[in-house]
Amino acid sequence: MRLGSLRRLGAPVALAAAGAVALSGCVASERGDEGSGGDGGKDTFVFGASAEPATLDPAFASDGESFRVARQIFEGLVGVAPGTADPEPLLAESWDISEDGLEYTFQLVEGVTFHDGTDFDAEAVCANFDRWHGWTGLASHENLSYYYKAVFGGTGDDSKYDSCEATDAATAVVTLNTPVPEMIAALSLPALSMQSPTALEEFGADDVQGTEDAPQLTEYGKEHPVGTGPYKFVEWKSGESVTLEANEDYRDEIADVKRIIFTTIADGTARRQALEAGDIDGYDLVAPADVDALDEAGFTLHNRPAFNILYLGMNQNAEPLDDPLVRQAIAHAVDKEGLAEATLPEGTEVATQFIPSTVMGYSEDVATYDYDPETAMDLLAEAGAEDLEIEFNYPTEVSRPYMPDPAAIFEAISADLEEVGITVTATAEPWSPTYIDTIQGSEKHGLHLLGWTGDYNDTYNFIGTFFGTESLEWGFDDAEVFEAIDDARNAPVEEQEAAYQHANEVLMDFLPGLPIASPVPTLVVAPDVIDYPISPVQDEVYHSITFE
Amino acid sequence: MLRLVGQRLLLLIPLLLGLSVLLFAWVRALPGGPVTAMLGERYTPEAAAAIEAEMGLDQPLIVQYGKYLLRLLQGDFGTSLRSGRPVLEEFINRFPATIELTVVALIFAIGIGIPLGYLAARRAGTVVDHTAVVVSLIGVTVPVFFLAFILKYFFAVELGWFPTSGRMSPTMEATHPTNFYVLDGILTAEWDAAWDALVHLILPGVALGTIPLAIIARMTRAAVSEVQNADYVRTARAKGIKPARLRTEHILRNAMLPVLTTIGLQVGLLLSGAVLTETVFAFSGIGSFLAEAVFNADYPVLQGFVLLIAVTYALVNLLVDVSYGLIDPRLRRQQ
Repeated sequence: MRLGSLRRLGAPVALAAAGAVALSGCVASERGDEGSGGDGGKDTFVFGASAEPATLDPAFASDGESFRVARQIFEGLVGVAPGTADPEPLLAESWDISEDGLEYTFQLVEGVTFHDGTDFDAEAVCANFDRWHGWTGLASHENLSYYYKAVFGGTGDDSKYDSCEATDAATAVVTLNTPVPEMIAALSLPALSMQSPTALEEFGADDVQGTEDAPQLTEYGKEHPVGTGPYKFVEWKSGESVTLEANEDYRDEIADVKRIIFTTIADGTARRQALEAGDIDGYDLVAPADVDALDEAGFTLHNRPAFNILYLGMNQNAEPLDDPLVRQAIAHAVDKEGLAEATLPEGTEVATQFIPSTVMGYSEDVATYDYDPETAMDLLAEAGAEDLEIEFNYPTEVSRPYMPDPAAIFEAISADLEEVGITVTATAEPWSPTYIDTIQGSEKHGLHLLGWTGDYNDTYNFIGTFFGTESLEWGFDDAEVFEAIDDARNAPVEEQEAAYQHANEVLMDFLPGLPIASPVPTLVVAPDVIDYPISPVQDEVYHSITFE
Repeated sequence: MLRLVGQRLLLLIPLLLGLSVLLFAWVRALPGGPVTAMLGERYTPEAAAAIEAEMGLDQPLIVQYGKYLLRLLQGDFGTSLRSGRPVLEEFINRFPATIELTVVALIFAIGIGIPLGYLAARRAGTVVDHTAVVVSLIGVTVPVFFLAFILKYFFAVELGWFPTSGRMSPTMEATHPTNFYVLDGILTAEWDAAWDALVHLILPGVALGTIPLAIIARMTRAAVSEVQNADYVRTARAKGIKPARLRTEHILRNAMLPVLTTIGLQVGLLLSGAVLTETVFAFSGIGSFLAEAVFNADYPVLQGFVLLIAVTYALVNLLVDVSYGLIDPRLRRQQ
């Protein structure tokens, strides 16, 4: 190219740019009509996900975005009753549990096939259980098979699972060698949903490659997930989107959503703007600050029933938090109502114990610690700890459903503590990678903010996770607390509720930390999205959605 | 010329070796580790130790580096902890997106920057000149993410002229033989898809191209000002050369050398600017992936991507040096 022509380059470029601006007006005006179905109605639901799924094989997943996709493709033996966290029949019509809690007989729904034509029957159920049980090497890596190992104690010989037998096509008998009282509730987890044995085999689902550096996605987990759900996998454009289409053979009706696209938009503000511009139909985890503006602009906000808990941890390895009087003083010093009003989304439930009120075992009779600065000061005087100086750890660069704005929560609590004469030394650390390490992997912390979102409706999933055994997070060893929780977990079904209530009462007498609140996670959809199936455990399957 | 290219390529080896050591040390020096990022609330010291052992993080650093280097030499950059895909595959998948974005940004920057700088120099002291100075001053001072955000807010959210995010509308169906979406649309004659991809490139391209535009305009203005007052230009003018020929052959051609250097350097700047721009526009190139990797403590991706970007940068600079020779015969003779 002669350099003389460089001079002329400017004009065409400017022209092209001007043309692009003008023409893009047309693109924008057509945007609303995209995704039109044959009958002229809208048939595509575009969801703005905060991250890509980690894998399409839910058995190897433990993150919300993987499960969100998996719930459309797969179904478990057990489902979740709409709007609640309670288990209900799904691929299993019913089940019987033997007296000793070791034998589960599942009666299966008949006439169901996987997307690849494989029959869903007792053999398929056993193939799935045997698959989980049989994982070795990288597949049994904590990071991959987390949920199976969490529920069944491990893989192979470490597992509480013993065997599975298909007594006839519609009856599968699962035998355990140690009871797993929460098994039915846990089977509603997407990680334990039923997958096509043919596809698992054909696309090497368990053939996890990679170095010790990191396990790699299998071909199955990348491109071939096959379940019995209302939607079939179409395409995963890495870094951009996952596309699903309606399963024409689904046994139940699929309303308006014939195609689902999960598009990845990592930034929260970018998700809001994409919704405002009409590029997506909905997104999850709305920032509390955006709720009012979206509401005023006519978008539909859904508050999920809170299924999480935010707490103020008190590490008893850090003196004088090992003194019950000091812990009680702190509990009386914190104005939970005020905090919830100022820093948490509307509809937040203030907590009295370490589980949300919807979880079985919630007790009305736990010791409560009302906001009362006077009592707090008296208790501190009694403990001889008037000039208390205490480290307070909180995370930065994170927003969790139970903790939308950690800094604001920290400020509210520390202001309350200063009020009763406790001097707070703030230690802020980024959530990833240091905060969790400090709190759960070391003794070097005092007060701290943390929480948990429940996986399924089971009390142990909350209090067992926190206080099942001695841990560095809490720094105490109390036989009464550990026993109460363990007894409840292993109690016969009919006595379990009372046993968990007792455990919660023991916990709140001991007061290892202060449960603060269960904030409501908010999801938003476009005004034309009707019947969004809101669920506290995010069991949201889009086949019931209709468009206006 | 060939010898120069060969020498430069050989120089890449010690450069990359040194960089790999630095990256390895830096990533290990970061507090915490990938394990906590993986486990989140489910962290227990036992689970963390198990993963560390599995990942080899409990071995001496020198052993870890040795293994890392050995794999690197075999072209294995490791696997992303977050996505479970090989780092090289992720890079190859996403690089076309960033190249497309960079090309659009460069076309914007060069297409406006050079004429603007040229006009400013030719009409020094006039309104055109002052405007150019102000434009380039704004261009270099406004942070790229801020500009990206403002452009997006007005032209995508408020006016709705452009899409807010992504490389292509989620509902657009298209085939991608090369992963260069605009090119793919043209190759497969899916004109809708090509247009859709192009429209998605404009706002991020403009945001990304603004700083280079300002710098190129300033550089062009300075270079043209200098050259147009040079003795040989005066002589040429005195000899009665045609004004058009004077402008192209004598002024512009000679002024282009420093501008070209500037453009070469801008490519490196564009790659780093892409981290912010791609994040704002949820544009799935290497920049947004790198940003996520930092957030997720995805060590293999951090190490691999920075190395691969360094290689790219070195190659682009080599290309710039080669093109000097093509423009300036003197340099060719020296070599």
